[in-house]
Amino acid sequence: MPTPAQAIADRPAPGAVGGAPVGGRGSPGRRGSAAWPRRLGWTVAVAVPVLFLTVFFVWPVAEIVGRGFVLDGRLDLSGFGEVFARPRTWRVVGQTLAQATVGTLGALVLGLPGAYLLHRCRFRGRGALRAFVTVPFVLPTVVVGVAFRSLLVDGGLLGGLGLDGTFTAIVLALVFFNYAVVVRTVGGMWERLDPRAEQAARALGASQWRVLRTVTLPALGPAIASAASLVFLFCATAFGTVLVLGGRRFGTVETEIWIQTTQFLDLRAAAVLSVVQLVVVVGALAVAGRARARTERALPLGGPEAAHPVRLRDPLDAVAVAVTAVTVLGLLAAPLVNLVVRSLRTPDGWGLGNYAALAVPQDTLAVSAWQAAGTSVRTAVDATLLALLVGGLVALVVSRRPRRNSARRAVAGLDALFMLPLGVSAVTVGFGFLVSMDAPLGLPIDLRTSGVLVAVAQAVVAVPLVVRTVLPVLRAIEPRQREVAATLGAAPGRVLRTVDLAVALRALGLALGFAFAASLGEFGATSFLARPQDPTLPVVIFRLLGRPGAENYGAALAASVLLAALTAAVVAVCERLRRPGIGGAW
Amino acid sequence: MTTPRTTPPLRRGAVAVAAGCSLVALTACSAIGGANADDEASAAGTVTLVTHESFGLSEGLLEQFEDETGLSVEIVQQADAGALVNQLVLTKDAPLGDLVYGIDNAFASRALDEGVVVPADVTAPAGADAAAHAVPGDDDGALTAIDFGDVCLNIDTAWFAAQGVPEPTTLDSLLDPAYRDLLVVPDPVTSSPGLAFLLATVGAYGEDGWVDYWAGLRDNGLQVADGWSEAYYTDFTAGGGDGPRPVVLSYASSPPFTVPEGGDEPTTCALLDTCFRQVEYAGVLAGAANPEGAAQLLDFLLSDEVQADIPVSMYMYPVSSSVDLPDEWARWAPLSDAPYSVAPGDITEHREQWLTTWSDTVIG
Repeated sequence: MPTPAQAIADRPAPGAVGGAPVGGRGSPGRRGSAAWPRRLGWTVAVAVPVLFLTVFFVWPVAEIVGRGFVLDGRLDLSGFGEVFARPRTWRVVGQTLAQATVGTLGALVLGLPGAYLLHRCRFRGRGALRAFVTVPFVLPTVVVGVAFRSLLVDGGLLGGLGLDGTFTAIVLALVFFNYAVVVRTVGGMWERLDPRAEQAARALGASQWRVLRTVTLPALGPAIASAASLVFLFCATAFGTVLVLGGRRFGTVETEIWIQTTQFLDLRAAAVLSVVQLVVVVGALAVAGRARARTERALPLGGPEAAHPVRLRDPLDAVAVAVTAVTVLGLLAAPLVNLVVRSLRTPDGWGLGNYAALAVPQDTLAVSAWQAAGTSVRTAVDATLLALLVGGLVALVVSRRPRRNSARRAVAGLDALFMLPLGVSAVTVGFGFLVSMDAPLGLPIDLRTSGVLVAVAQAVVAVPLVVRTVLPVLRAIEPRQREVAATLGAAPGRVLRTVDLAVALRALGLALGFAFAASLGEFGATSFLARPQDPTLPVVIFRLLGRPGAENYGAALAASVLLAALTAAVVAVCERLRRPGIGGAW
Repeated sequence: MTTPRTTPPLRRGAVAVAAGCSLVALTACSAIGGANADDEASAAGTVTLVTHESFGLSEGLLEQFEDETGLSVEIVQQADAGALVNQLVLTKDAPLGDLVYGIDNAFASRALDEGVVVPADVTAPAGADAAAHAVPGDDDGALTAIDFGDVCLNIDTAWFAAQGVPEPTTLDSLLDPAYRDLLVVPDPVTSSPGLAFLLATVGAYGEDGWVDYWAGLRDNGLQVADGWSEAYYTDFTAGGGDGPRPVVLSYASSPPFTVPEGGDEPTTCALLDTCFRQVEYAGVLAGAANPEGAAQLLDFLLSDEVQADIPVSMYMYPVSSSVDLPDEWARWAPLSDAPYSVAPGDITEHREQWLTTWSDTVIG
């Protein structure tokens, strides 16, 4: 039964997209024809991201997938029958679903207590721990492969478990990568929840667990659904992790597309598999969207400081501490510590020799690891700015609840559209660039071999992360706040600035760190586009690992540690941007 | 609820973020702008080399070429050798550059069949040496050999000495139960040395026998890794990562890299009866924007300076007979006297079928 507050909250907000020009009850209409500039504004807000996605994602993908379905100038769909007649196809589809489902469940089970502890409790070193859990998210898979496999092989520290080359090893690695996604997406929402609803329920005699079940988790529904959909997509399209840890025995749709495209140039099979992948992704997004829609509503965000000092006597805190301690120490720290320890081993004993090697160009690389780190940071900055601009606009548009059903559907479609890049394989996008970006839009410029495309490709992947981080917070804004602001005579732009932007800024630091981290570690698209004159750090690591010699191996490990440290530092800085102090209380 | 009281800090926050963003935007210019800093077309224009991820030359060599010719060299690096050829086929109508380097003999005839390279007039003296490695049937010289090497099994001699187990020497010996669970090779589908080793077994056992050989390896505890680096660094005992397996697929040129600090001989050696000869070619791309520049760069790759640098920078043997090899190569990295080989035309015709059969046999 909705409370009166909810009933008001569910009413369409003024400033609706695509709806009738909003006069709005209480909109003072200080400017006689305020409707058309506002319309123009919303049109631009929709057009910019859509144009960006169309040029840099939809078109390249359509171009390469189209080649698989066109034979001698005619549409040819016989590939479907052929590909589905292979028993291997069914196996990889099953494997993909199994891996993504188990990986997502694992990340949620471990990540929710982590989100609670890192965002709802206060303790010394919380900021450091928040930064630390983000590190795995950006490590290149080739490095994670080294870190994980050297633990798991016979004779490794955990060799006795017999996990090397098993499904379990792959799932553990997927959880390792995606734990941070759950912690940050759900945690960002959790720390902004007004604790008073929970306190009221407690005062009325509900047990802690009951409050968690009936008040807190339902309120977090949209954030949990968001996190789950992100993790599912990441797991379903995991590529390097699967190949390095499990080999082709555990082949997924993604690895199969990669092999058919790069090794066999069988564009027909790759196109069919891309469509299969798209179906899986759209299905997952639809489920997540429904879960979000059911739970999404305006929430009292903010209120008094929600985080409390950790109380080990409190059963909820105790469980969160126990689960998070085991996860952080056992799953996240073990491979990372293994990496650090190995990076300190040099041909002449223990020491920092590998780190000294980072300052000079190794092997035949044109640049040192530090220079590559600079390139990585600069590229990630470009990508992050692009992603924030595009993702911010998408989140703003999608956060509106228009009155007309058609407009509502359009908004939901826009939301799903921008999730697609996470669900389409990097090789499809990379090869799509190859066949479409030689003279894009007829411009006399070959984008394929330019550094600009690297940043763009990374931004395409980072946009969904920005949307998923900012959107739950924007959607939770009480529409009445906007109404009140408008009633008090604020022009639409002013309402946006003082209500939406102010709230979005809180989530911005989170989104910034997230997008930046994703860009830093991105290797799929980069491996297709990077130029050796200015390779990024993951590319340098990859190249060093591809050459013999203990010095190269050591330098690769040290460079991986540098990348991890860099990420942690960036995330920590972004955390500072979003101290609850900014903006004061709501 | 919004109260006027909270506006100033909010504004401060917004200003801080805006200032941060603009600062970042300023530095960001350098990423996109900086990427093009060396793109200023020089007097004679630009020549673009398309190559695989292992390409690299010692510092100063390419600069020397640029100084001598007035050309500026751009490099575009793609993934491994197999993916490289496929990308060239895919971009035939709008080539990624002017010259390609790194097409190996497993893919050479595919590149020729697809017409991605066109004959070039090689003037460098080493051209005659290169001709000895020409692709059979490539009479016009569309592909020019630049370097070659042997992909062979490597063993950890120290491990065998310590365990008191006699060292394996041939492909056949690896079927012996004494060597159970000791071998790791990269997957031929995802790794080009892996493919070279599959071809070695096809050359050794023929069309009829190679599948049985792999079934025997599988039953004797073969481990398949995703790529060369996983196999060498994670699974191999002597690659630096202390793995569990003392026999790995690598190159004949790998042992010199395992000479320990202060030691005078390597702890590994290559089994010269298990090798496949890899030849790497360069060619001028069809539809190149700067075919003259491409031909100049091709001659440069055959020059004494680059040929002498190839062992140091790319661990391959130069085709030129007029340059000296590094001392430790002569001692620790000899080539095989009788590498296995498969005709390039056969490879192109059967490669996919062999890889599928291999996958069904070994991976299941």
